[in-house]
Amino acid sequence: MNATMDKNPIRKVIFASSVGTLIEWYDFYIFGSLAPIIAAQFFPKGNPTAALLSTLATFAAGFIVRPFGALVFGRLGDKVGRKYTFLLTLVLMGGSTFAIGLVPGYETIGFAAPLLVLLLRLIQGLALGGEYGGAATYVAEYSPPNRRGFYTSWIQTTATLGLLLSLGVILITRKSLAEDEAASIRAFESWGWRIPFWLSIVLVGMSIYIRLKMQESPLFSKLKAEGKTSTNPIKESLMKRSNLKMVLLALFGATMGQGVVWYTGQFYAQTFLENVCKVDFEQTRTILIWAIVFATPLFVFFGNWSDKVGRKWIIMGGLLLAVVSYRPIYRMMLDLTKIETVVMDDSKTKIERVISPMGGKAYSLQSTTTYHFYQNGITEKKTSTDTLFNSGVEKIQTQVKSARLVPDDIYWSLVALIFVQIVFVTMVYGPIAAFLVEIFPTKIRYTSMSLPYHLGNGVFGGMTPFIAVLLGTIYTNDVLVGLWYPIAIAAVSLLIGVIYLTNRIDPNVND
Amino acid sequence: MNSIKKYLGLVWIFLAIASYSILLKTTVEQINAKPTTDTIIQWSIFAIIFLPIAIGLVIFGWLAWKGAYEQLPVSSKEVED
Repeated sequence: MNATMDKNPIRKVIFASSVGTLIEWYDFYIFGSLAPIIAAQFFPKGNPTAALLSTLATFAAGFIVRPFGALVFGRLGDKVGRKYTFLLTLVLMGGSTFAIGLVPGYETIGFAAPLLVLLLRLIQGLALGGEYGGAATYVAEYSPPNRRGFYTSWIQTTATLGLLLSLGVILITRKSLAEDEAASIRAFESWGWRIPFWLSIVLVGMSIYIRLKMQESPLFSKLKAEGKTSTNPIKESLMKRSNLKMVLLALFGATMGQGVVWYTGQFYAQTFLENVCKVDFEQTRTILIWAIVFATPLFVFFGNWSDKVGRKWIIMGGLLLAVVSYRPIYRMMLDLTKIETVVMDDSKTKIERVISPMGGKAYSLQSTTTYHFYQNGITEKKTSTDTLFNSGVEKIQTQVKSARLVPDDIYWSLVALIFVQIVFVTMVYGPIAAFLVEIFPTKIRYTSMSLPYHLGNGVFGGMTPFIAVLLGTIYTNDVLVGLWYPIAIAAVSLLIGVIYLTNRIDPNVND
Repeated sequence: MNSIKKYLGLVWIFLAIASYSILLKTTVEQINAKPTTDTIIQWSIFAIIFLPIAIGLVIFGWLAWKGAYEQLPVSSKEVED
């Protein structure tokens, strides 16, 4: 074991594991971040809500298969080894992401387009289901007992950093396809959205190179050398009562609540800002980016702190804060961005028209942007795009978009409100890898910890934006109704965690 | 504390059955109100994926009622035996 450790100092292990996991998260999240554009490309046009829901359903499909990925690759990881399993998940994830960027749109190949996208999305979900447990197990099995929370917390930063990377790549691509911003956005929505998917193949290639140089986990190598690996990890994880009770406890007492807090703070917040508060696309993303940048170091802080005070109360603290403060936070987000009761300054209203000839075609596109200025500093930007035929008499209005540009003070207040939500995320998520690793034995650890993690995050968490939007369409008189889903799930998880979990740090994960 | 853990087991069983029943009722109502492909697919997905989770919560409650969580394992041997 010492020889292996010399070849693989812990920093190298963390770096190699984290980079690959970060890229997998990037791959997974670009799809979610581009949901409305993908809806327009791959699903039959008509009702835009139906198109968005279809995409979110595909998004949810990506999450639902994650637990199956956890079982399939967890079994492989417990039988064949951690290293080769999470190399395989990386190849599958990179390949399917790249392929999504190649699928022709619905208008070109009909229903084959959404079917192909769905299939590739399912492969992404399977691969992700196998990745995280492997990386967390691998790092934890290298870590000394008193630093397990600290070292595994670096893996915990990767999900958020993957989201950050996906948002950054999307924003940069969206702005750099043409000199004129409106033309660049049009190009992005037409074909440029594919670039972030294509970029994945380069990132995955680099990560595979790094991971190929890694050694197998010393604990797993020892088990394998002694012939003590599990012959049927799924059966041992789920059919043995003593282990099944810990899988259920990990799910209902920790990962279920952690999952909804994660997806509320980092996904539903984005959906809410853009679709309910009507904040501009770019501002919504940069607000989230700033909040993530400020909060990310706290994953490591809480992971490190959990080595001293235990995992349980930090996770439970995050759940409690989320339960009691979600509604006030979202109410503040609404109040900050409302214009309905604010006086508009009519004298400042400004209209801009840009006509873009469509090179050789019998029509041009006319983009009309109207700016309304409100006393609280918000600018409402309404853009309508019309098709003008060269005969000069016909005009077809194709689409109208409305967005609110918020001034600096509101912008930074929104950053602070999202930051607070991500602090809750860092509390529940920073110590969770160490917590999960410590409650399962080495020979079935990959399978056992992956399943509650992906049920909690994939099913409960991943469905959060989808269920919240759906609740909003059923109970239309309360715009905050969607929050009752994460609040209820986090509250039940908090109660179960407080009563049934222990705060003990396992000194020995080598058994 | 152990008796709280035990009796709450019944609460988890009830919660699982009640919440899944509400989900099923809502699924039927929503599909009847708007029987489009989108609605049927969305609500059917919910009903299907939350079924094993509801069963898991029933098992969790049953194990709690039987006292399985009175003492949590402190070594892997206890889990494996």
